[in-house]
Amino acid sequence: MSAIVDARGLSCPQPVLLTLNEIKKVKRGEIIVLVDTDTSKENVSRAATSQGWALKGVEPEGTGYRISISKD
Amino acid sequence: MPKFAHFFATRWGIIGVGVFIGVFAPLLQKWGNPANMGICVACFERDIAGALGLHRAAVVQYVRPEIIGFVLGSLIAAYVFKEFRSRAGSAPIVRFFLGAFAMIGALVFLGCPWRAMLRFAGGDGNAIFGLLGLIGGIWVGTLFLKGGYNLGRSQATHTSVGWLLPLTMLGFLVLIFIFPQVQGQDKSGVLFYSVKGPGSMHAPLFVSLVIGLCIGFLAQRSRFCTMGAIRDFVLFKQTHLLSGAIALVVVAFITNLILGEFHPGIEKQPVAHTMSLWNFGGMVLAGLAFALAGGCPGRQLFLAGEGDGDAAVFVLGMIVGAGFAHNFGLASSPDGVGPYGVAAVIIGLLACLFIGFTMRKQVT
Repeated sequence: MSAIVDARGLSCPQPVLLTLNEIKKVKRGEIIVLVDTDTSKENVSRAATSQGWALKGVEPEGTGYRISISKD
Repeated sequence: MPKFAHFFATRWGIIGVGVFIGVFAPLLQKWGNPANMGICVACFERDIAGALGLHRAAVVQYVRPEIIGFVLGSLIAAYVFKEFRSRAGSAPIVRFFLGAFAMIGALVFLGCPWRAMLRFAGGDGNAIFGLLGLIGGIWVGTLFLKGGYNLGRSQATHTSVGWLLPLTMLGFLVLIFIFPQVQGQDKSGVLFYSVKGPGSMHAPLFVSLVIGLCIGFLAQRSRFCTMGAIRDFVLFKQTHLLSGAIALVVVAFITNLILGEFHPGIEKQPVAHTMSLWNFGGMVLAGLAFALAGGCPGRQLFLAGEGDGDAAVFVLGMIVGAGFAHNFGLASSPDGVGPYGVAAVIIGLLACLFIGFTMRKQVT
C-alpha cells in the first residue's frame, strides 16, 4: 500500500515540503503525490530525485497529476 | 514542443531566463527607465498606483507597460503550453494584506528583490543591506513553513476568475492608448503622468511592453522567482531557482560594465537612501511577506497570468499598499525614510508574525 500525499490546491513550497516530510517518514517504498499544477509536478519530481528516489511515473489525473516515486 | 517546454524546467532553462533579464533590465535603463530600475516590480506597480491617482506623489506616476507585459506574457505562455488553470480561494484576504505590507517594506528600502539585485549589480552598496534583509525575512518565513504554516488549499474555478487580472492589465494598456502622455502635462484624461522624477523616465512604450511580454512568457515557463531562489536554498538546499537569480545579478553586472553604468558607492546612488538599518528592515518585512505568500512580486504577476486568482489578490494588495505608502508618508525618498516608515515596518512585521503564528493548522 503506497503512502499518498495530497498536495492539490497548495501553493509553493507546500507540495515539496509535504513530499519531503513523507520521504523522511517512510524512508523507502512507494509514495503517490497528487498535485494540480505543472509547477508542483516539476518541483516534486525534482525534489524526489534529488533525495535519491526514482520517478516511476506521472499520470494526468483530474485537472492535475498523479506522481509516483519509489525507493528500494 | 515538449522538448522546448522541458528545457525551461532544467537548470540551463532557469539560468537562460536570468541571463535574459540581466541583459535587458540594464538596457531598459539605457533606453529610458530610471537608473538601477530597469525592472522593479514594486516601483512599477507603485507608479501604476500613481497613474491611477491612488496616491498623488507627483514624481512616481506612470502606467508601466512592463507590468502589463509580465501578466499577459505569462497568460500567453500558459495557453500555448496548456497550463492555464483558473484557481482561487486560498486565504485571499491574507494575501491582500501580505501584498500591501510587502509593498510598504519594499518602498522603505526603495525596491523589490528584483531591484535590490539590479541596484547591487549597478554598484549601489546600500543594496547589500536590502539583500541581507531580504534573506533574513525569507529565513524567518522558512521557520514558519517548517512549523506547518500554510494558506490552505485553492479550488479550481470558472475560467473567468483567472482572466480578471489579465483583463485588468489589458484595460490599463487600452487606457495608455486612449490617454497617451502629453509632453509637459501631468494629466491626460483619467491618467496621471510625472513631468519630473523617476515616473517621467521610461523606455519607449513598445520596447517596454515587448520586453515585459518576453519576460512574462519566459518566467512562466521557468517559474523564475527571486524569493523562491533564497527560500528553496534555505529550506531544501536546492539551488535550481537560485542559479537563475545569480545569473541575473552576474549578467546585469557585466551589462552595466559594458554600458559604463557600473558606479560603485554608497552616497548619491540613484533612487536610494543611505539609512542602512531601514534598508535592511524594510526588506526583512518584504522578504517575510513574500515568503508567507509563496512568491516574489514578479512570480505573483506570472502566477496571476496563468490563472491564479489568489496571486492576483496579492498583486492588488501591492498596488493598494503603494497608495497607502505614499499617502501616509511611509515610503522612503533619496532623503531617507518617510515620517511614518519605521512605524509601518514595525506594524507590518507584527502583522506578518500574527499571520505566521496563527495559520499553522495542518492541511487535511
